[in-house]
Amino acid sequence: MDLINIRKANKKYNTGVTAIYDLDLKIKKGEFVFVIGATGCGKSTLIKMLYREEKPTSGQIIVGGIDVAKLKNNKVFKLRRQIGVVFQNYRLLEKSTVYENVAFALEIFGTPKDEIHQKVIKVLELVGLKNRIKSYPNQLSGGEQQRVAIARAIVNGPKLLICDEPTGNLDEDTSSEIMEVLEEINKLGTTIIMVTHDRKIVERMNKRVILLDAGRLLKDYEKGTYKNESI
Amino acid sequence: MKVFRILGRNIRDSFKSVLRNFSLSMASISSITITLLVVSISIVLSYNVNNFAVLVEKDVTIVAFIENSVTDEDIANIEEQINRLQNVETYEFQGKEDITKDMMESSDVFQNIMGGWSLDENPIQDTFLVKVTDIEQIGDTATKIKEIENVSVVKYGEGMVEQLIKIFQVVERISFIMVISLILVTAFLISNTIKITIFSRKTEIGIMRLVGASNINIKIPFILEGLFLGILGSIVPVVITTYGYMSLFKNFNGQLFSPFIKLINPAPFIYYISGILVLIGVTVGMFGSWRAVRKHLKI
Ligand SMILES: Nc1ncnc2c1ncn2[C@@H]1O[C@H](COP(=O)(O)OP(=O)(O)OP(=O)(O)O)[C@@H](O)[C@H]1O
Ligand SMILES: [Mg+2]
Repeated sequence: MDLINIRKANKKYNTGVTAIYDLDLKIKKGEFVFVIGATGCGKSTLIKMLYREEKPTSGQIIVGGIDVAKLKNNKVFKLRRQIGVVFQNYRLLEKSTVYENVAFALEIFGTPKDEIHQKVIKVLELVGLKNRIKSYPNQLSGGEQQRVAIARAIVNGPKLLICDEPTGNLDEDTSSEIMEVLEEINKLGTTIIMVTHDRKIVERMNKRVILLDAGRLLKDYEKGTYKNESI
Repeated sequence: MKVFRILGRNIRDSFKSVLRNFSLSMASISSITITLLVVSISIVLSYNVNNFAVLVEKDVTIVAFIENSVTDEDIANIEEQINRLQNVETYEFQGKEDITKDMMESSDVFQNIMGGWSLDENPIQDTFLVKVTDIEQIGDTATKIKEIENVSVVKYGEGMVEQLIKIFQVVERISFIMVISLILVTAFLISNTIKITIFSRKTEIGIMRLVGASNINIKIPFILEGLFLGILGSIVPVVITTYGYMSLFKNFNGQLFSPFIKLINPAPFIYYISGILVLIGVTVGMFGSWRAVRKHLKI
């Protein structure tokens, strides 16, 4: 079953720049997909359209049964509840603890306290931060902060996890640890789309790879085929 | 249940925000306080003036003194002419014998002085006591009565009553204008406070959107913050109005300057005013924050 179905999507910013051209793409439930390409080729624009941060200028984008292009502004939250998003710069609340940062994503829905506690602890355990729940973001390393961001993104149990260069600020070892966490989350059933510049990670992970070039889909490498071709 | 938990969280957040931007919140709260104090004074004043005017209209009487030389026929003639006047509600004749008797009964001093007078010596005159329908035309009516033949003098507390009412009307008008402009200034201040709150919480708002908070869910805390500012700002005016008016009423025994000017009983009056003050505070607070949210929290 396709979780994501993109047909003839175009995105032209009102500055006149066209970031995505006639893009067709299908992603199945449970897949792990890398999106790569030169800087400015439209990777971020593509995933922003998935969680409706940007609207396609034309074409159709369906995510989890929701027609994103036709989604009204005041209904966007329904889409966002099915999607977790992680960025290069973590975006944590500096004045809140690790626990509070993660709990935040549940509190705003009026989840009962004990249910919040249960879910937060479980997800912090998954990302390996169970012993740091009382720490503040500025007391954590970059890798640890990114784990908190990931925990917050998945605590709702989203169908889709979108990561825009989640390892962009991290060294090689820390990046590997983050990738292990993502792999684990993917194994538990969450579809993951990850934008990255890190060729080593892409080669090592052996996943499907989408290569963009100047807003067009240049190549769609099946799972495990990327390494062979790029050598 | 869920709604209550969300609301509870929003209330907690709004309260935190009021404390976090303390100096700004204080500016808004003081502004509301000043506005509501002026509102309160205006209401107290205008309601008492209205009350006073009603009492005056009931009490003010034109006294027409009649020449001592008249015959009974002349008196009947005067009565008929008074009866014909438009603005006259009721009238009553008091003969000089009755007046003398009343006065002598009322005090020993009068008894001693007046007891010696013979009927011819008595300087007291026959009178008509006239009550009017429309207090504002009392001057006209008095003049018309004076023009009647054999009426010598007419008295009705000339000028004093009308002038007092006129002054109060001017005060009422000025305070109305003040209240309106203060309300506008306050709404602007609150709007500004909420705007700064919105900017200081940009990251948080961004994350809320990202994790799927609905628009209402994002906006409510800011509206609530305005509401809190309104409630906090109305505390001092309510307390001052309640205790101030009660002690004013007590000190002056329910009268101001003379028994003529009666104050309204505090009992339900101050509750009404307090209700109105809180309502205005809350409305202005919420209006101010709603404006800021509409302008600066585009979703
Ligand atoms: N909000 C925007 N308004 C106007 N133009 C934009 C906007 N965002 C991106 N662009 C333009 O669209 C093109 C694609 O940008 P995008 O951010 O999607 O690239 P990217 O592949 O993510 O690049 P990078 O690898 O550097 O993150 C670029 O030319 C960029 O300048
Ligand atoms: Mg990018």
